[in-house]
Amino acid sequence: MNRGPLIFLGIFLALAFSWTGVVLTNQIQYGSLTPYYDANEGKTYPDKPSGQAERGRLVYQDLGCLYCHSQQVRRPGFGGDTERGWGDRQSVARDYLYERRVFLGTMRTGPDLRNIGARQPSADWHQLHLFDPQLTSPGSIMAPFRFLFEYRRIVGERSPKALKLPADYAKLHGLDRTDYELVPTPRANALVAYLLSLKDTYEYPEAKPYLPPKKEAGSK
Amino acid sequence: MASASSLAASLNPATPPDLTARAELREIDASTKWPVIVFLLSGLVWLLVGTCFALISSIKLHTPEFLGDYEWLTFGRARTAHLNAVVYGWSTNVAFAVAFWLMARLSRAQLRHAGLLIIAACFWNLGVTIGIVGILAGDSTSIEWLEIPPYATPLLFVAYALIGVWAVITFRFRKSEHIYVSQWYLLAALFWFPWLYSIAQIMLIFEAARGTVQALVNWWFAHNVLGLWFTPIGLAAAYYFIPKVLGKPIHSYYLSVLGFWSLAIFYNWAGVHHLIGGPVPAWVLSAGIAASLMMVIPVVVTAINHHLTMVGNFSALRYSPTLRFVVFGAVNYTLVSLTGSAMAIRSFNEITHFTHFTVAHAHQGMYAFFTMVMFGAVYYILPRIVLKEWPSAALIRTHFWAAAIGVTLYWLDLSIGGWLQGLEMNNASIAFLDVVRHTVPWLFVRSVAGIIITIGHLAFAVNIGWMLCARPPAGATTPTLFRNPPAMQASAVR
Repeated sequence: MNRGPLIFLGIFLALAFSWTGVVLTNQIQYGSLTPYYDANEGKTYPDKPSGQAERGRLVYQDLGCLYCHSQQVRRPGFGGDTERGWGDRQSVARDYLYERRVFLGTMRTGPDLRNIGARQPSADWHQLHLFDPQLTSPGSIMAPFRFLFEYRRIVGERSPKALKLPADYAKLHGLDRTDYELVPTPRANALVAYLLSLKDTYEYPEAKPYLPPKKEAGSK
Repeated sequence: MASASSLAASLNPATPPDLTARAELREIDASTKWPVIVFLLSGLVWLLVGTCFALISSIKLHTPEFLGDYEWLTFGRARTAHLNAVVYGWSTNVAFAVAFWLMARLSRAQLRHAGLLIIAACFWNLGVTIGIVGILAGDSTSIEWLEIPPYATPLLFVAYALIGVWAVITFRFRKSEHIYVSQWYLLAALFWFPWLYSIAQIMLIFEAARGTVQALVNWWFAHNVLGLWFTPIGLAAAYYFIPKVLGKPIHSYYLSVLGFWSLAIFYNWAGVHHLIGGPVPAWVLSAGIAASLMMVIPVVVTAINHHLTMVGNFSALRYSPTLRFVVFGAVNYTLVSLTGSAMAIRSFNEITHFTHFTVAHAHQGMYAFFTMVMFGAVYYILPRIVLKEWPSAALIRTHFWAAAIGVTLYWLDLSIGGWLQGLEMNNASIAFLDVVRHTVPWLFVRSVAGIIITIGHLAFAVNIGWMLCARPPAGATTPTLFRNPPAMQASAVR
């Protein structure tokens, strides 16, 4: 094989093949997928994220959360996702329609977060967990995000969002001054709003919740 | 010095043809000198930077309080800085260095206007620097393998295009009739990467596709960076250096043709196996799995070609640093690719997906295969362009054993740890926090492996620095080998 142009043509066609197949065909097939209109409830799904959740998504992005947390629930019977309670049903393409950047993730050093807003709806829990994961999940290897919080002198009234640290923890870490409070920064609040917005609690014709007793015989 | 000797050789009709050819090669080598040195030294700096971030990220994963208060070093950023420093800093720079040297030599053409190439190299490295500072500052895109923020990527693209075009121009001026298999791989890689990179940038960042189409584009790109950029460069080097050092032709010309085209056709479909079980159309996953399994063909063919060329010459591994590094890489290419095909099978993927097994696999591919082959290439190329020998065989030995033992430990450790993690994760009766706790000892051993690898990198860096600073030798020199071979000609095994 000594012909430069022929080699080049082959090289071109090889990548053109998968570019057409993997990228273009899928873009045509479901690149303009639309939200689902539920006639009973008179509204469309998925829900659009709020402005604060959208800002929180950017915090999630800049801190690189996706390198340890996936956002996709695999179908029942393939892995233990639904058994672990990470979702009632498998994730489908329509769930991600409004996400300007999709964080499916490829790693589960930590648990899947696709439905964390439904599984753990307490904002206080998330604030404590972000400040120091050991407070809520002893033995966790998640990074602490103390830099998203501010330890400051109380001016006027106490902030309603101030973290309620356990007394012995606060004492141990020198966070127990009575004239001081530990408050989340706007970025922490946005991140928590984003986490709470992560829940696919609606159904589509193509994705119904999984009902444990009816296990299909042939499914693998 | 090189040109004077070649001039004398070409004027003297009594000069044997072998000597004329050697003089010509010397001139070609000399024409690549500065671009290769610039690419190589920038790569070396990034290798050390990337190694630092690797150690920081690795330690953080079993001791999360380590440097826990620095936002710019939080795991998600340090890990990403590591990946981009070693992929776009080290691996791509060293790939450029090796690709240019190989292309010039195999085309028997001098590299023209090397100054422009050096400017392109500066732009590339400026782009990578801006990108990594951006990632540490919080501007990462969080798209795997494409984290460099959009304000740096156009610079990277332009620099790459300039570099790629230069290689093609060198190829166009070729004097050799035959196009050797390494040249196909080089041409293909230099053409494929900018295509992948520009499409991925457009469809993910500048005009983002909707929903999970992004994930398909992401993994079409990310897996192909490995398969259609680093793998071809690594294979081009292996196809050149194994026969070159041994002084015998490659086992089978026919197989090298088959290996190249089957890789070109199958590899680029395989990337979607990173999405098995995910919310993307099932047909594309099945196609990706099929392509991943078909990858067995190019891998086995290439393995036969590389390893059968070695058969009967294993003793040369005792002497030649280049050969030892390259063969270590070639063996790992076979292993990592077969593992990769297995990982695409649904029942296997169910366990390994989302675990450290994948991390082990990635490091076996990028380090145990690609980086080791590049180390071997550098040990061959650098003495020929600076006309000095490696100052210390002991440092080369340290480098080899630290890198080889370190990465093997890394791979074994995380493969086993990741497999167990996957089994436990699929068993919902084990609490998730327990699954996490059980990974910690494996992650700790990974840090130990990382420290061993770091020792190797330091030995490599010291040897290069020492070599470049040393005075040029007065007279003829002999190559630096692990030990001097008794019967063989020293020059034949270097």
